[in-house]
Amino acid sequence: MAETSFDTIVIGGGPGGYVAAIRAAQLGMKTAVIERENLGGICLNWGCIPTKALLRSAEVGHILQHLGDYGFSAKDIAFDTKKIVERSRKVAKQLSNGVGFLMKKNKITVIDGSATLLGGGKLSVSKDNKPVGDFAAKTIIVATGARARAMPGLEPDGKLIWTYREAMVPEKLPKSLLVIGSGAIGIEFASFYRDLGVEVTVVEVLDRVLPVEDEEISAFAKKAFEKQGMKIFTSTQVKELKKNADSVVATLVQGDKSQQLEVERVILAIGIVGNVENMGLEKTKAKVDRTHIVIDQWCATGEPGLYAIGDVVGPPWLAHKAMHEGVMCVERIAGLNTVHPLDVSNIPGCTYCRPQVASVGLTEAKAKAEGRQVKVGHFPFIGNGKAIALGEPEGLVKTVFDAKTGELLGAHMVGAEVTELIQGYAIAKTMEGTEQELMSTIFPHPTLSEMMHESVLDAYGRALHI
Amino acid sequence: MPIELLMPALSPTMTEGNLAKWHKKEGDAVKAGDVIAEIETDKATMEFEAVDEGTLGKILVPEGAQGVKVNQPIAVLLEEGEDKSALANVKPAAAPAAPKPAASPQAAAPPVKTAASPPPAAAPAPPRAPAPAANGHAPGARVFASPLARRLAEQGKIDLAAVRGSGPHGRIIRHDIEAALKGGGAPRAAAPVQARAPLVPMPAPSGGGGITRYSRDQVHALAGGTPFTDIPITGMRRVIANRLAESEVVPHYFLTVDCELDALLKARADINDALGVKTSVNDFVIKATALALRKVPMVNASWSEDAILKWEEVHVSVAVALPEGLITPIIKNADKKAIALISSEMRELAERAKAGKLKLEEFQGGTISVSNLGMYGTRQFTAVINPPQSAIIAVGAGDKRPVVKNDQLAVATVMSCTGTFDHRVVDGALGAQFMAAFKKLIEAPGALLI
Repeated sequence: MAETSFDTIVIGGGPGGYVAAIRAAQLGMKTAVIERENLGGICLNWGCIPTKALLRSAEVGHILQHLGDYGFSAKDIAFDTKKIVERSRKVAKQLSNGVGFLMKKNKITVIDGSATLLGGGKLSVSKDNKPVGDFAAKTIIVATGARARAMPGLEPDGKLIWTYREAMVPEKLPKSLLVIGSGAIGIEFASFYRDLGVEVTVVEVLDRVLPVEDEEISAFAKKAFEKQGMKIFTSTQVKELKKNADSVVATLVQGDKSQQLEVERVILAIGIVGNVENMGLEKTKAKVDRTHIVIDQWCATGEPGLYAIGDVVGPPWLAHKAMHEGVMCVERIAGLNTVHPLDVSNIPGCTYCRPQVASVGLTEAKAKAEGRQVKVGHFPFIGNGKAIALGEPEGLVKTVFDAKTGELLGAHMVGAEVTELIQGYAIAKTMEGTEQELMSTIFPHPTLSEMMHESVLDAYGRALHI
Repeated sequence: MPIELLMPALSPTMTEGNLAKWHKKEGDAVKAGDVIAEIETDKATMEFEAVDEGTLGKILVPEGAQGVKVNQPIAVLLEEGEDKSALANVKPAAAPAAPKPAASPQAAAPPVKTAASPPPAAAPAPPRAPAPAANGHAPGARVFASPLARRLAEQGKIDLAAVRGSGPHGRIIRHDIEAALKGGGAPRAAAPVQARAPLVPMPAPSGGGGITRYSRDQVHALAGGTPFTDIPITGMRRVIANRLAESEVVPHYFLTVDCELDALLKARADINDALGVKTSVNDFVIKATALALRKVPMVNASWSEDAILKWEEVHVSVAVALPEGLITPIIKNADKKAIALISSEMRELAERAKAGKLKLEEFQGGTISVSNLGMYGTRQFTAVINPPQSAIIAVGAGDKRPVVKNDQLAVATVMSCTGTFDHRVVDGALGAQFMAAFKKLIEAPGALLI
């Protein structure tokens, strides 16, 4: 047994955990990461990254379907589901190895196993019920992440009723698919399977799809999905899933109407729960509230020296939020005086469906609910030269400003490549820019980013190309 | 009431100037920020901007007038609702040097236009002394603030120069302005973070500025709910608070010397008698402080994270109490000035300080401070360093005390003086050398008189 005593031990090698460990190592702390499965966590192995590989395949498929629009023709276009999945797994593997390299480079000890907190800065690690060893650290950071939520009557079985995990590695495509939940995870799978030709039905309990997004964006996206042939039921609950040999009959209830729907497979995407069990949290003063560890604004739990970051502390369940919390928490521990608590309104969110959706900050409705006077700008993709040249004339960029101070409160986008654009508004928000700086920024022509400029101009009645 | 526009002092040395050009005619509307006139000094031509709004009622000093004294009325601004009848009482200009005979435009050499470059030190002097720059914002230097912070400060009428920035590289961010608007700055812990209840009080970060900033409500709670009256925090009060709180990071130490004053008092009486002046003990203390700095020049220095800045000139800041706070006018190059000159300068500075008429450069840029509470009977005290200076001398009352001379008990007038030093710059032995030099100069005041 090598070292057992560290400055910082991070439990969980996902994006929050491994980034926290790297930052701790950079700041001169002797650091270890405990990971029970794969470095990179869900994000890298079973989440963000492999789904982006799948969605890229779907996008290529979509373009192939429309080759004629670009002056090409091709015959016998076909795909092999296995190869699409294979590529996705290869991408995940490559990146997971990359994280292993980063750990070595930063001289971070990686401990293979599951951790149990013993209280007082101590923990023990076991692998397959065999003890690995006891370890101690001045600070312990819990970054154990989360997993798919199940509900009574809506339990995954891995065969007919999938979670993201099975949905990511289908052996063959089902003919029909029911996606329960229209958050980012549900919609991305719906979009992927629809683009490969599967009959997709989406059921959402709230009154719109992508319910955290701005209402206009939700409405725009819903229309686009329906145009692609997706069936969408909002304000609808799935009451029962009856399993047949190779299909599932779902009972959908909308108000007092009820209907049956038979599909080959079901994907459950009804939220996630924090991984807080079997890790000795009850031996500490840390509190858990509805499967999430309770923290203060510096990610400190009730137990001195015990911190928690990422999905296990609550929404938004985003890798980049976890990474940022990891860095912030470690810098705080190190006593750096430039640390500020995380500002939730500066966290961008991206959904990689087709059309893509991206946003940062307050929706128009939330800004108004806060009692703010707002100025709202819109710009449609159809008014943008690059969008038309790309053959992507459908989309919308919406901006919300505080009428009094000119603060950019929120930005909401739907359309091609918006996930790559949103960072521009995130930078403006983080640097506390106002409409003035955004208006006087020179956006290159011809780019999709010009729409970001125009939307700001429109909020102040100055849009040029509409 | 019509507002008199006075000839502005556009540079620290300006005493008079020429009225090169009027940009507004009588009857023109004037907004704050409008260029009203161009003023020519010995160094440059500069634009004179309006501070108030109104209508230019009457021009008192014609275009081309030479040698117009600073603070002489040059025009009258009518406020909203006032008409020309309000001008009845306005006297025409006390004739300045006659304007040049109306020369043809070609003949009059156009003033060299350097309006674009700002005046070297001070902008047109506002009526009240501007708040001294706090937090190490050098006067006239760029204040780093986020665009949103700037706008919030403008809307909330907060002077950015008086705000401590908590953003990257000390940049002022929204949080800082909101804290200033709330008064005093809420502690970080109160920053809104959604749906996250703070569970345990966090220890202050070891590397950070650990000054606890309480909100009004927190202070009220800590005091157990004693009834109170709100006294608004003025700009000056905020600057005092910020600057002195800043000095918390300075590792202080204190050295006290007892100075026998009898020789000095004798010299002072002789000077006052012979020259008919009214020098004070404090004038001698200022001179002694300045000369002691020359004897031990490493004390005349300031800490920075890059280097210690050893100043080549000696400027003594002297604390002057005001009803609303205090200010530290400066005797520049005090080491080179005669006591009588220090005395007259000090009197004049103190008067203008009390009238709120000090210019920025008159109370910023000292290299050491003197604080004298002797007149209140305080025997000995310690003073708080005025960053970035490295020393301050706290001067107590001179009173008769028993002393031992030649093994005999005797009576002498003794004044206890305590130096506070920044240990990052001035080590103990150095501080002691300085205090010894100071004591020697006070006790044998001949050297102060050269």
